[in-house]
Amino acid sequence: MAVLSEEQVMLQEAAKNWTREVAPVTAFRALRDSANREGFDRNLWRQMCEMGWAGILIPESYGGSGLDFLSIGLVLEETGRTLTASPLLSTALVAATALLLAGNDRQKGEWLPKFAAGEALGALAVDEGAHHAPRRVALTARRAGAGFVLSGTKSFVVDGAVADILVVAARTSGKAGDENGVTLFLVPGNHPGVVRTPLHMADSRAAARLQFRDVDVTLDTVLGEVDKGFGVLDAILDRSRAGLAAEMLGHAAQSFEVTLDYLKTRTQFGQLIGAFQVLQHRAARMYTELELTRSCVEAALIACDRGSTDVPALCSLAKARAGDLVHLVSNEMVQMHGGIGMTDAHDAGLYLKRARVSEATYGSPAFHRDRYARLMGY
Amino acid sequence: MSDLESFRSEVRSWLDANCPPSMRGTSGRPAQGEEVWGGRRQTYKNPEAKLWLERMAAKGWTAPTWPKAYGGGGLSRDEAKVLDSEMRRIGAAAPLLSFGLWMLGPVLLEYGNEQQKREHLPKIVRGEIRWCQGYSEPGAGSDLAGLRTRCEDRGDHYLINGQKIWTSYADQADWIFCLVRTDTSKKHEGISFILFDMATPGVEARPIRLISGSSPFCETFFTDVKVPKENLVGRLNGGWEIAKRLLQYERQNISAGGFGSGFGGGLELEDVAKKYVGEVDGRIDDGDLRARIAEHRMQARAFALTVRRLADEAKTANGPSPAVSILKYAAARLNQERCELLVEAMGYQGLGWEGEGFGPAEVQAMRDMLRSKGNSIEGGTSEINLNVVAKRVLGLMDHQ
Repeated sequence: MAVLSEEQVMLQEAAKNWTREVAPVTAFRALRDSANREGFDRNLWRQMCEMGWAGILIPESYGGSGLDFLSIGLVLEETGRTLTASPLLSTALVAATALLLAGNDRQKGEWLPKFAAGEALGALAVDEGAHHAPRRVALTARRAGAGFVLSGTKSFVVDGAVADILVVAARTSGKAGDENGVTLFLVPGNHPGVVRTPLHMADSRAAARLQFRDVDVTLDTVLGEVDKGFGVLDAILDRSRAGLAAEMLGHAAQSFEVTLDYLKTRTQFGQLIGAFQVLQHRAARMYTELELTRSCVEAALIACDRGSTDVPALCSLAKARAGDLVHLVSNEMVQMHGGIGMTDAHDAGLYLKRARVSEATYGSPAFHRDRYARLMGY
Repeated sequence: MSDLESFRSEVRSWLDANCPPSMRGTSGRPAQGEEVWGGRRQTYKNPEAKLWLERMAAKGWTAPTWPKAYGGGGLSRDEAKVLDSEMRRIGAAAPLLSFGLWMLGPVLLEYGNEQQKREHLPKIVRGEIRWCQGYSEPGAGSDLAGLRTRCEDRGDHYLINGQKIWTSYADQADWIFCLVRTDTSKKHEGISFILFDMATPGVEARPIRLISGSSPFCETFFTDVKVPKENLVGRLNGGWEIAKRLLQYERQNISAGGFGSGFGGGLELEDVAKKYVGEVDGRIDDGDLRARIAEHRMQARAFALTVRRLADEAKTANGPSPAVSILKYAAARLNQERCELLVEAMGYQGLGWEGEGFGPAEVQAMRDMLRSKGNSIEGGTSEINLNVVAKRVLGLMDHQ
């Protein structure tokens, strides 16, 4: 654990207590089994906003608390432990960061106070194919009169069906694969021509496919500069990756601890199964990976706070390691629990399903290894 | 200026005036072949290495945190950190590599009596005596406590008979810190920790040739070796506790940079791959190898970040995290992987043993790869490391 400020320690404690008492895994399970198709519980989200979590990254002048990425990472780690589904990542981190990095005063003034107060939700629409590939943005934004017309499809937009405001990456010039020619737009979720199809994902969280059918937008919806949006998109994505990696770290830590407890309680052959060396070594390896990943996640969050030059490398490192970690630990969680781990009644399946979705979101480990190598010049 | 900041400027100007030119701009270790291990047999290829050791030893800065009374620098942990960072800043080479500094000294400070501390610590600081470690035996490797080297009480002295193996540099060491059996009726509680001079009659060290061709280890034989009774450290039959504590220091030291820095001759894997495999648009022209190199480099960075994080945490009120026990295992895995990738990237050129057709870096890559197999064996096998993590950190239980 990084060395924390007093304020951060209090935030972490608050998040620990709240998730444990109010939003444990049973709450997520109940949500999954309910008729709710929004992917999160509005009542819980209201409580999170009341505690100020939606405004952690938002400056005080816009109604937030002006804290840092390490701080929101601490909360995400706790919500990752209990699989708490909420727009914390998509709104409070991803969309808020997009506005903070690229928004003009009017745009920030319009949306940030609403985010901080829990009055609006945001989402980032980037990917269009089966894999995370921000360079491949193809959704077109054609100039028409004083504005643009957007046409195309976004494939897997986290909280896309519930968002009040969408940050849409579109192509204003060049071709898919070019960095130049990408432009970000702020499009209201209910804008005419935006057709949103909620996707029923394995992890029971909210994601949507968005179709843009000749959507007219005005020039003032452009977020940042026309054609020059890729750099800021990459920066938004990096911060999103670090935040998601923090959630995944909590997820992995919890599934590991639950599994370790099982090793200490389940008896076979007259032994606690945790006395078997074959399981001890696997547990020790998981612990090793957890500790190594924790260092990467914390370093990435701290780099985002400092705006240092190695943000891209450290965020790719954190997301890749977190992806490999939840993959390993979620598989071991099922295997070490044996038959009970295969049942829907046990939480292992919930962690496994969430693991796979979070591994792919904002880039799989393979994507980030490739990116890391590029960044390092090979 | 805070005390620490004024100490920093003091250190900086002292290093500026005293660190010889050839001892700067290194990765922290001296050039290969110029390492100084000290001891009676030390010779110096580079006279500046001698000068550097003498100057650092005079300040006590070869052992910065040891008390001044025993020749150390008497620095606080924060001051030692400043010294370390200032040495790093100019790439100052470690003036002395020494098992005495890394392993024996810390346990003597904790378990030694006043006379032992005064006798041995200053000589370690100055690099006058080179120490070796008498732990493993042919029948006691991972199960170290099964050791059988006998140490009998003969009234005015101890008499030692037995054999050690994997004694690093025993053929070049002056003294040995040794685990011996002083009670055959008990296992762990029958072990004592004793020091003696390798020049004592009855001591013989024979180098062991490794698969890499090098011979850093010895078989060491003790035949009726007479050892003065005051050389026993701690309590009779109380040596196991000291032995374990020393192993902690050993593993910390191995993981804090023992591997990795010394292997691969400073070659960057990706540069080697580009050279031998070829590149297209600046990328290694073998997607699979490139991905595995990236994965390795990312693991290495995760490891480096973890070493730093755990060092920062150790300075807080909570003290060292139990996670330090993963470091030796992780470091061994990492170094072996790096050595394998280096040989693989070199293709046929990495497969030479010696002679024509192979450059020194190519031969070294093969030999380092072979030598690195020992990383997961020496200083506690990776399996033993995982046992330690499982039991001491994760609280898993013994098999019944």
